Amino acid sequence: MRIPCPHCGERASEEFSYLGAADPVRPAADASAAEWHDYVYLRDNPAGVMREFWHHVHGCRRWLVVARDVRTHAISAAVDAGA
Amino acid sequence: MSYSFFSLAREALRGHVGWRPAWRDAEPQPRYDAVVVGGGGHGLATAYYLASEHGMTSIAVLEKAWIGSGNAGRNTTIIRSNYLLPGNEGFYELSMKLWEGLEQRLNYNTMVSQRGVLNLFHSDAQRDAFARRGNAMRLHGVDAELLDAVQVRARHPYLDFDDARFPIRGGLLQRRGGTARHDAVVWGYARGADARGVDIVQNCEVTGIDVANGRVRGVRTTRGDIAAAKVALACAGNSSRVAALAGLRLPIESHVLQAFVSEGVKPLIDGVITFGAGHFYISQSDKGGLVFGGDIDGYNSYAQRGSLPVVEDVMQSGMAVLPMLGRLRVLRQWGGIMDMSMDGSPIIDASPVAGLYVNAGWCYGGFKATPASGWCFAHLIARDAPHPVAAAYRLDRFARGALLDERGAGAQPNLH
Repeated sequence: MRIPCPHCGERASEEFSYLGAADPVRPAADASAAEWHDYVYLRDNPAGVMREFWHHVHGCRRWLVVARDVRTHAISAAVDAGA
Repeated sequence: MSYSFFSLAREALRGHVGWRPAWRDAEPQPRYDAVVVGGGGHGLATAYYLASEHGMTSIAVLEKAWIGSGNAGRNTTIIRSNYLLPGNEGFYELSMKLWEGLEQRLNYNTMVSQRGVLNLFHSDAQRDAFARRGNAMRLHGVDAELLDAVQVRARHPYLDFDDARFPIRGGLLQRRGGTARHDAVVWGYARGADARGVDIVQNCEVTGIDVANGRVRGVRTTRGDIAAAKVALACAGNSSRVAALAGLRLPIESHVLQAFVSEGVKPLIDGVITFGAGHFYISQSDKGGLVFGGDIDGYNSYAQRGSLPVVEDVMQSGMAVLPMLGRLRVLRQWGGIMDMSMDGSPIIDASPVAGLYVNAGWCYGGFKATPASGWCFAHLIARDAPHPVAAAYRLDRFARGALLDERGAGAQPNLH
């Protein structure tokens, strides 16, 4: 699998480390335990296109949000997470 | 028909014309007392024990393809009960005890071979950690032996003992561990369940779960609607997708795990060996192929195939501990989809939907758990109470902070 880094171009996936789903939103520090539980532990885990965090740790060291079909590994978008 | 020396001799003498299919390929009926979703080892074992231990016979096992076509047919067939945590060790030891009597019980040759599982260690610190795990096992009445390098060399002289980075200092041995024939486990449970009236329905994918007033009513399938007061999910790899049909979100991500088998060679590796400085495990099948595997690929996947960087990583780990591996050709390589749970341990529990039960999150330890998983899941379904041995595998343990994190990696499924 090759990931099109918006800064470095298309690079091998071994240059990146993986965090997981990019959609869960971190609750406020004083949010309820139930909200924190949902954020930390529960996942949609779709069999389709997933937005996920990848860190270009052996490249530009930027965090990216990559849209990837987890059935085929086809990547439809990759943008800087801060963009 | 019962399998025995006499039935084998009789059929041998009359040209094997009397053998019958081991189970019926059943047509789905409109109504059952309980429906098990997933015709893998766990689902079939669940149906078998529901029928044999709890007297339920109006049961269907629904499988979207053919039975054993998922992870039951894709694993490395290792059985063991060498866990550290109290919530895990008792469960896996129940499984080991069920393995030990499985062939007699099922009247089916599941080829359970207690050839030993040896976890190698490579440093003083790792020796201490393995000694601790071995002691935890012995406190649960489970066999564990700490071997030094001389004893390991006597068993496995072909390992690379003097590797500069990963010298082998010894290993933790569970002699009762070993391997079993994965397909035979599926077929044996299917045959046993079928003989007790369970309908095994293949090519029947569940497309919906009917819920009314918080209670399950049945399932919709590609072969029609089926009413059932109890619906039990045993479809690891796809647990999130199927549970979502009932509006549930699970603490699970799906990841791909690869496995490999070499060309067949004469008896070479006696027992199961795991490398302690990387992630690599190997044994030899009765056909002669070396069966081995390593880490998951590390990112979410529903593709039943793996990536090349992990192939390379597994081969490097293998070469580091077993240099003779380089002289063999890899014959086949495949991938299976794992339910990676948030703490690396499974879930056997009722769900917030009444009558809907979840058996999921087996990470890459599901095969060895097959008998105990079916045993405990059947108990839960029949009695609506968790089996004492699986009491730690509750769905709400994440909310309660009662995690079973054997690896100590936290809520990061790709690290378990």
